[in-house]
Amino acid sequence: MQRSKNSSNLQPVAEAGPGGPGVSVGGTKSKFQILPYLLVLPTLFFVALFTIWPTISSFVGSFFLQKLNIAKYREPSFAGLANYASLFQDSTFYHVLGNTAFYVIGSVPVSIALGFLFALLINRRMRGIGLARLALFHPTVLPMVSVATIWLFMFTPDYGLFNSALSFLGYRGPENWTGNPDLALIAIIIVAVWKNAGYYMIFYLAGMQSLPREVYEAARLDGSGPINTTVRITLPLLRRTTLFVTTIAFIGAFQTVDHVFVLTVGGPSNASNILLFYLWQIRFENLNVGKASALTIVLIIVLLVFTVSNFLISERRSGNE
Amino acid sequence: MSETGAVRTLPVGRSRLTPGRVVLGVLIAALAVVWAAPIVWAVAASLRPFEYPLGSGNIWFSHRFTLANYFKVGSLAPFGRYFVNTVVVVVMTLAVQIVTSTMAAFAFANYRFKGDRILFQIILIQMMIPTAALLVPNFATIRFLGIYNTRLAIAIPFFGSAFGTFLIRQAFLGIPRSLVDAGVIDGCSWWQLLVHIYLPPSLAAITAFGISSVSFHWNDFLWPLIITSSDQSRTLTAGLVRFTQLGEIGAQWQYLTAATLIVAGPLFIVFLIFQKSFIESFVHSGIK
Repeated sequence: MQRSKNSSNLQPVAEAGPGGPGVSVGGTKSKFQILPYLLVLPTLFFVALFTIWPTISSFVGSFFLQKLNIAKYREPSFAGLANYASLFQDSTFYHVLGNTAFYVIGSVPVSIALGFLFALLINRRMRGIGLARLALFHPTVLPMVSVATIWLFMFTPDYGLFNSALSFLGYRGPENWTGNPDLALIAIIIVAVWKNAGYYMIFYLAGMQSLPREVYEAARLDGSGPINTTVRITLPLLRRTTLFVTTIAFIGAFQTVDHVFVLTVGGPSNASNILLFYLWQIRFENLNVGKASALTIVLIIVLLVFTVSNFLISERRSGNE
Repeated sequence: MSETGAVRTLPVGRSRLTPGRVVLGVLIAALAVVWAAPIVWAVAASLRPFEYPLGSGNIWFSHRFTLANYFKVGSLAPFGRYFVNTVVVVVMTLAVQIVTSTMAAFAFANYRFKGDRILFQIILIQMMIPTAALLVPNFATIRFLGIYNTRLAIAIPFFGSAFGTFLIRQAFLGIPRSLVDAGVIDGCSWWQLLVHIYLPPSLAAITAFGISSVSFHWNDFLWPLIITSSDQSRTLTAGLVRFTQLGEIGAQWQYLTAATLIVAGPLFIVFLIFQKSFIESFVHSGIK
């Protein structure tokens, strides 16, 4: 079903075939009917109230000064670009943007690459393979806050499992991952990778199982080794799966900060603070509603740039096929 | 579209035992063990009597097992209440979503009407701007509606689902037109068409949507956290984070893991029972 996300399926009704009851066939003009509008209305109402309206109201609100902890700014007052100015003069904001970029670039490609690797390994008939698949996939079904609480222990200095494993492998570095400014964000990334790799794996598994077996037979007869076959055949054939997984991984990376809440609370000194967590802080700790609105707009723009560019890439690719 | 929901193990390669296959098997097993270690540890620690604290080199199962930690955790925070709240939120969200999404999907699949394309695209905006990013303005809306700190407030932003509409409409579009026309000729009303012709072959898609919706809302944290202020309406995830931040809990791993598994457990057990449907649904409904 993932393939169905390309544009041709976004047309409301398949071009062939007449409309439904009451819709006349061919070019004749159908009479106006209220029923389809009524059917769409509930969904449209909630989308309008909780997606469209908040986007507009954040945009408007971003031009108003409103700070709930200062009496004279409790009521919003028009302030032009003051919130954006405050945001772009705020060194923490740049720190957070840098962290977010590091987090996304650090977690998304690694999770996807691992997901692909897992799928390659798992996609075979072998005793106990179902159990292995369960082991790799199960973090997907766990709540991120539970995962993070478990990893709180993994990262515990002295006897935490993660450190024990690392020292077994010869690592002699600092042990306090969540409390160390150099390691806190990496700890957050590790948790995200552990949770998501198995999720991306199942898309690759599904993709691999839909690939034509004759191609592999031919490659084998041509003397193509497993690595060559993977790089030259499997990866290119699965590029739409990759594109799709990349899109959901990017959007997911911006929406989930649950592990930040549990593991580091953005610290130490903002070392693991990322966009959505910062937005929460500005609004619910600093009570700066105006600045939070401006930050919401920044977040929306970042998300739209990713989704729209991904969409355009997939359009161009499918156009070439 | 042929790969929909087909995560099976296909016969790849030969099943003879060769050195290559042994190495591969060991590699897969090692990977699985590493990946499963955190959850296995959590189960071990939660079953460990409190009198045997964890320490260096002694973090797995102790020689005695107990469920006491689970009961203790239940007395330290109202996890029963959180559980009920979570179930109410998840069921309410899903029930409304299925009704609204099916209606909208039916309209878009079965009728052509003025503005249908633009309305569909307006709804799809929800897939590009995730609700999580809109927590600030939505918080204001909830305050304005006077439903702050209720279970309804946790669920209501998700009552209209672009994704559900999209997925169910896809399923509806796969139904042969001739079948629909036959229904029309037989004099079916619109809801008879929906119930007798559109819905039966689309149940798989609706189930897939349902499973992904339940998983998402069971695990969701940030929105329930900010929109609740008391245990009256708090869900399991928000309750867990509050619990972990209680001063007296500290690094008492037996309690922390028991609480963690109470939160993750119910959905996880359902997942273990219906593993195949879960994985198929996740593939089927790749977007959350």
